[in-house]
Amino acid sequence: MPTPPPESAAPGNSRVPGMVLKAFFPTCCASADSGLLVGRWVPEQTSAVVLAVVHFPFIPIQVKELLARVQQASQVGVAVLGTWCHRRQDAEESLGHFLEGLGAIFSHEPWLQLCRERGSKFWSCKATRRQAPTCPGAPGEDQVMLVFYDQRKVLLSQLHPPVALPDHQAGDAVAGAGGLAAVFDTVARSEELFRSDRFDEGPVRLSHWQSEGVEASILAELAKRASGPICLLLGGLLSLVSAASACRVFQLWPLSFIWSKLSTCEQLRHRLEQLTFVFSTQKAENPTQLMRKANVLVSVFLDVALGLALLSWLHGKDRIGHLAEALVPVADHVAEELQHLLQWLMGAPAGLKMNRALDQVLGRFFLYHLHLWISYIHLMSPFIERILWHVGLSACLGLTVSLSILSDIIALLTFHIYCFYVYGARLYCLKICGLSSLWRLFRGKKWNVLRQRVDSCSYDLDQLFIGTLLFTILLFLLPTTALYYLVFTLLRLLVVAVQGLIHVLVDLINSLPLYSLGLRLCRPYRLAAGVKFRVLEHEADRPLRLLMQINPLPFSHVIRTYRLPSCGCHPTHSWGSLCRKLFFGELIYPWRQKGDKRD
Amino acid sequence: MEDEQSFSDICGGRLALQRRYYSPSCREFCISCPRLSLRSLTAVTCTVWLAAYGLFTLCENSIILSAAIFITLLGLLGYLHFVKIDQETLLIIDSLGIQMTSSYASGKESTTFIEMGKVKDVIINEGIYMQKVIYYLCILLKDPVEPHGISQVVPVFQSAKPRLDCLIEVYRSCQEVLAHQEATSASP
Repeated sequence: MPTPPPESAAPGNSRVPGMVLKAFFPTCCASADSGLLVGRWVPEQTSAVVLAVVHFPFIPIQVKELLARVQQASQVGVAVLGTWCHRRQDAEESLGHFLEGLGAIFSHEPWLQLCRERGSKFWSCKATRRQAPTCPGAPGEDQVMLVFYDQRKVLLSQLHPPVALPDHQAGDAVAGAGGLAAVFDTVARSEELFRSDRFDEGPVRLSHWQSEGVEASILAELAKRASGPICLLLGGLLSLVSAASACRVFQLWPLSFIWSKLSTCEQLRHRLEQLTFVFSTQKAENPTQLMRKANVLVSVFLDVALGLALLSWLHGKDRIGHLAEALVPVADHVAEELQHLLQWLMGAPAGLKMNRALDQVLGRFFLYHLHLWISYIHLMSPFIERILWHVGLSACLGLTVSLSILSDIIALLTFHIYCFYVYGARLYCLKICGLSSLWRLFRGKKWNVLRQRVDSCSYDLDQLFIGTLLFTILLFLLPTTALYYLVFTLLRLLVVAVQGLIHVLVDLINSLPLYSLGLRLCRPYRLAAGVKFRVLEHEADRPLRLLMQINPLPFSHVIRTYRLPSCGCHPTHSWGSLCRKLFFGELIYPWRQKGDKRD
Repeated sequence: MEDEQSFSDICGGRLALQRRYYSPSCREFCISCPRLSLRSLTAVTCTVWLAAYGLFTLCENSIILSAAIFITLLGLLGYLHFVKIDQETLLIIDSLGIQMTSSYASGKESTTFIEMGKVKDVIINEGIYMQKVIYYLCILLKDPVEPHGISQVVPVFQSAKPRLDCLIEVYRSCQEVLAHQEATSASP
């Protein structure tokens, strides 16, 4: 029987310590009967990845045929690595000699011999090299370190970040890849070896993670069969819809302008793109694409489910009627508040003294605009309930669509605030431009457009006179305009903030990778950030035993890696540029939708 | 072979260093920080509840008291699960890599494993921490692009923060293992 490996590095020993050979052994084979070890040898890491155990009786030719077949199918250099001896009874001396003889039939460098005693936790391992040692003093035997791994989990898991191992011919070395990524890759590619179980009547009897029975699920098989025709059907429907939406009628100017401004259309377009991607008949090329498809599908399901829940809530107990009834009084109330605000501005707001004439002009202008708006709302009021009812039906397309519609309705209802903001901003902007230009004139300078800089200039007396007069007028009218601008900008920012909140919620639903999060929660070994080792019980003179477990990816990394692309409706300004624009009265457009970039 | 010694951290608290020598190529160092003291827990809870009671006498709203209890419980759970680290372990395995584990007071363990191919060296470095200059043990990682460059510095025992004497013990053992690994990888 193979004897325990001789002690190396004992004090006073002048021998050069041997290379440590790592043997990755699957935990499912630890209780298997004696036989041959089959796996892959990785020379750069001096590690042997054991994939299965071939049991007696076997015919060597058939074993070699099986290995050649597996090698061709999986491009992994599978070979016989050594022998495995599980001594169940005491009188099995003959087995030991038989196993040693096998080394002559299947030659492999180095030849691994693992042995386990009945009822003992500790193993004995030996790795022998038959070739003459290349440097004097190097021993013919290496120290072995056993690393146990759970084959099923390693097969199903995916390392992040994915290490792109180049396709290599069977038997070739993987150049420079991380050591553990090679182990994962080897196990994942050797599916062909794990296809037979012990109920098969094959010539060779193997022991691996599926040898108790191949894992399969009826639901998964049915889904695979059904997915083909379903994808074709839905893909056809979606292409019809996208063709209809791309037709020429919608490219005409008023419609295309409206479509680009409404966030509902943006959201619908985004969903259409995602669904086309999911139901395309192309198979996913790599696991990341598969994950993305699954994430999109689960996200759409959740969206539609929440939307249907909202729909049933809205249409029950005549809530739409109540909503429609409450809408017009609310709009009236807002208009009344605005009127009070304008009256306040026209008086002495916060104790400031305004320029009477300009104040009255601006105040009356805005009041008239408000009056027009209130009349428009009253005109619309009989139709509001019908409109709301039909809009409520859109919730069956998803909660995100309803939220986008809500955001658009808010935008439409506060259109007068937007108009006031634009008027105030334009006036203020003109005033600031005029002031800055006349200030330069006041100092005797002017803006050189060719050189893009401020140059001195000699003005005539009448130019100076009129310029200074205008400057004074504008300067004294500045507080009034600035106050109106400030008030309407604040109102506008309030509306923008509310719309922004809704958009953040829509973005969250759109981009959260729910399938990946669920997978991380229920099957944490599928998404692996790395591995972790645990040292098992150790005895002196015995080889070191380690247990390799999968270290799952933290939730924050899962979200970061699998985050779905959102609509892209994000504010494009930093805080500094926003403040600058506000100060100079330039109009701020909070959303830069995809359509705007083409303008 | 197991061995335990007590050291102190940079603030003067007691630390216990446990060393396990499994083999010449595999060693484990485990530093245990002092546990959550009952005194500080009682002090914080009493402060929060007194403040809540003060607010309650002002507002006469009993929700404040329930909220205070809720906040204390959640805060304690969050602290035990996310902040308080009880033990930090460094496992160095020749030819596999270096593994660092932090165990939190609630039992959660967070592990990082660095493969030996990426490790350049283990050193003791000086750094400025608040108003002090402290020594800390760190692992240097190789730069894949430049052969002599360093891509990352990974500090070890970040929450225990032991003093130099403890670090020297760990450093010597790590260097022995790394030297052993160099010797075996040099010989074919």
